[in-house]
Amino acid sequence: MSSPIEFTCPVPLGVKDRIVLGHGSGGRLSAELLRQVFLPFFHSPILNRLDDQAVFEIKGVRLAFTTDSFVVKPLFFRGGDIGSLAVHGTVNDLAMAGAAPLYLSAGFILEEGLEIETLRRVAESMGRAADAIPVEIVTGDTKVVEKGSGDGLFINTTGIGLVPEGAHLSPALVRPGDLVLLSGSIGDHGIAILAEREGIEFSTDLASDSAPLHGLVAAMLAVSLDIRAMRDPTRGGLSSALNEIASRAGVGITIEENAIPVREEVRGACEMLGLDPLYVANEGKLVAFVAPHAAENVLAAMRRHPQGHDAAFIGAVTDTHAGLVMLRTPFGTTRIVDMLPGDQLPRIC
Amino acid sequence: MKYLDEYRDPALARRLVEEIRRSVTRPWVLMEVCGGQTHTLVKYGIEELLGAGLELVHGPGCPVCVTALEIVDKAIAIASIPEVIFVSYGDMLRVPGSHSDLFQVNAAGGDVRIAYSPMDAVRLARQNPQRPVVFFAVGFETTAPANATAVWQARREGLPNYSMLVSHVLVPPAIRLLLDSSANRVQGFIAPGHVCTVMGYQEYEELAGRYKVPFVVGGFEPLDLLEAILLLVRQLEEGRAQVENQYGRSVNRLGNRAARSRITEVFEVVDRNWRGIGPIAQSGYRLRPEYAAFDAEKIFGVEAISAPEPPECISALVLQGLKKPVDCPMFGTRCTPSTPMGAPMVSSEGACAAYYQYRRHTAPVGAKT
Repeated sequence: MSSPIEFTCPVPLGVKDRIVLGHGSGGRLSAELLRQVFLPFFHSPILNRLDDQAVFEIKGVRLAFTTDSFVVKPLFFRGGDIGSLAVHGTVNDLAMAGAAPLYLSAGFILEEGLEIETLRRVAESMGRAADAIPVEIVTGDTKVVEKGSGDGLFINTTGIGLVPEGAHLSPALVRPGDLVLLSGSIGDHGIAILAEREGIEFSTDLASDSAPLHGLVAAMLAVSLDIRAMRDPTRGGLSSALNEIASRAGVGITIEENAIPVREEVRGACEMLGLDPLYVANEGKLVAFVAPHAAENVLAAMRRHPQGHDAAFIGAVTDTHAGLVMLRTPFGTTRIVDMLPGDQLPRIC
Repeated sequence: MKYLDEYRDPALARRLVEEIRRSVTRPWVLMEVCGGQTHTLVKYGIEELLGAGLELVHGPGCPVCVTALEIVDKAIAIASIPEVIFVSYGDMLRVPGSHSDLFQVNAAGGDVRIAYSPMDAVRLARQNPQRPVVFFAVGFETTAPANATAVWQARREGLPNYSMLVSHVLVPPAIRLLLDSSANRVQGFIAPGHVCTVMGYQEYEELAGRYKVPFVVGGFEPLDLLEAILLLVRQLEEGRAQVENQYGRSVNRLGNRAARSRITEVFEVVDRNWRGIGPIAQSGYRLRPEYAAFDAEKIFGVEAISAPEPPECISALVLQGLKKPVDCPMFGTRCTPSTPMGAPMVSSEGACAAYYQYRRHTAPVGAKT
């Protein structure tokens, strides 16, 4: 062959006409679904803020209101189960607005054939998780679908909480110069679930980090109200949480790879499976954007709290590269930390 | 982490970088062949460290990217047949065929499952004797032994419901094609460490001798790649064209004999179409006639499916190192990992996707998202 190779290319794919799993990943496909399907029809300035919860004022009282659905498989895993997760997840969405949880609702979609003993164990776990916070489950609903129409058990929880006076948290308030604080190691929940699902054994007991964060948040707000925004990096991981803030606030974020705590087992599993811990889900961690003058105090308060004793500065907000999250590698180079289009996929080799 | 942190040590990396910068006296163009190597180089920003004298171009060694469009269409056709359980490595699911991808087949009622090993599909075939189980066997020489073993095992167990859609490709014929091209700019190659773990590196000795081009078999961690680059630069500066092995902890000259003999037992070499490049003679594997009963193309009658690839993107120029991903006017605008227009954007190991994911902030104006 003596001439340059002819170039060719596949036809582009059009807009997806059905829901694919990636629409539930918390990545770019989820954001598109929201923008293209829901927002045009739901007319609400509060919703349009696209925060993890709605915050509004009723007769001088500021309330946080949120809902979340839980479809985890397996139902029981090391460090938690779908019941405790359903309580923690919604409480944490309230806590990210600074709110103390007041009441929860619980909706159950049960598949025909589910063992009642399984449901009883889940309910018991939910009750225990709620009592420990404490938050009351005050209303609920149960529906049963035919065998094959569900996957055993889905739970929806909705929560309402009280935002303390003086606490104003929103991605829109994040400014260049703010510091980025992370409450602990990332990836524990996602890898624990994956290990359980795929039957991967670890030499140590890696467990989900599922935990309520309202106590940690209250401890942080007690030392400073200059916390601009918080996110719990659940599905889509730390990367999605940071990217959402960067694009909502119209700022850049630079993080230091060396500063991000990742447990050995999580790193090892990610290396083996071709995954990046930055995209793996957490259920008991938060990332906070704090005004520079308050950051030391807030970090110290986090480290005094059991949920935050591994807390660390991981980066800062910049007025350059707006909308992008950059990571400084240990080699002194920088790269983008992108939002994934859908779920992270294991690589061939 | 033991056995990894040692190969990511920033202080050692700095020393290697300094040594490389000292050794380079004139410009050189190097190619890392394997997509895994591209991923590491781009992720760690290693090119940034090397200075202006060295240009790295990203080779065709991303198995997901180069799997022919017609094969993806065949996979989609088979996976769409009711009752079929279609099993694939994860990153093949998002690869666009002519009209759809495997995720959308799943959404439309198909049963497409992600596996980490082809043996998972053998297990599924055992557990679901009433349903056809098809494994999508893509990859270079690296994944061939495991895929060969899975078919071999299915035959031994007499699993009539197990079959394989084979689309294996081979590295040396693709390198030969690049070196034969009058437009070739590549002066030295980092040979793919995992391919050589299986195959050894005798084939690269033939190439080095015939084309007078140096090869260094390289690993996948930042220090592996920096050391491989240093060895290549030294060869080029000294006018040598040999094969050196940087990845000695995994590769020996003859490869893994047991793995190679299993490959030969199950597969035979055929011509294959490469996405973005076109047909390359004797550049892939298919099942031997003795294994025809396990050949999904024959079983499901999809042999005749063909898919012309319209000339739109510059992927072949990227895969040859004649263009950088950011040189493409569609890069980051019409062509992104969510809407890939060409082969190198479809997998995270593809050069375009790696640039998009980690380095699009370095793209010139007009190539921003």
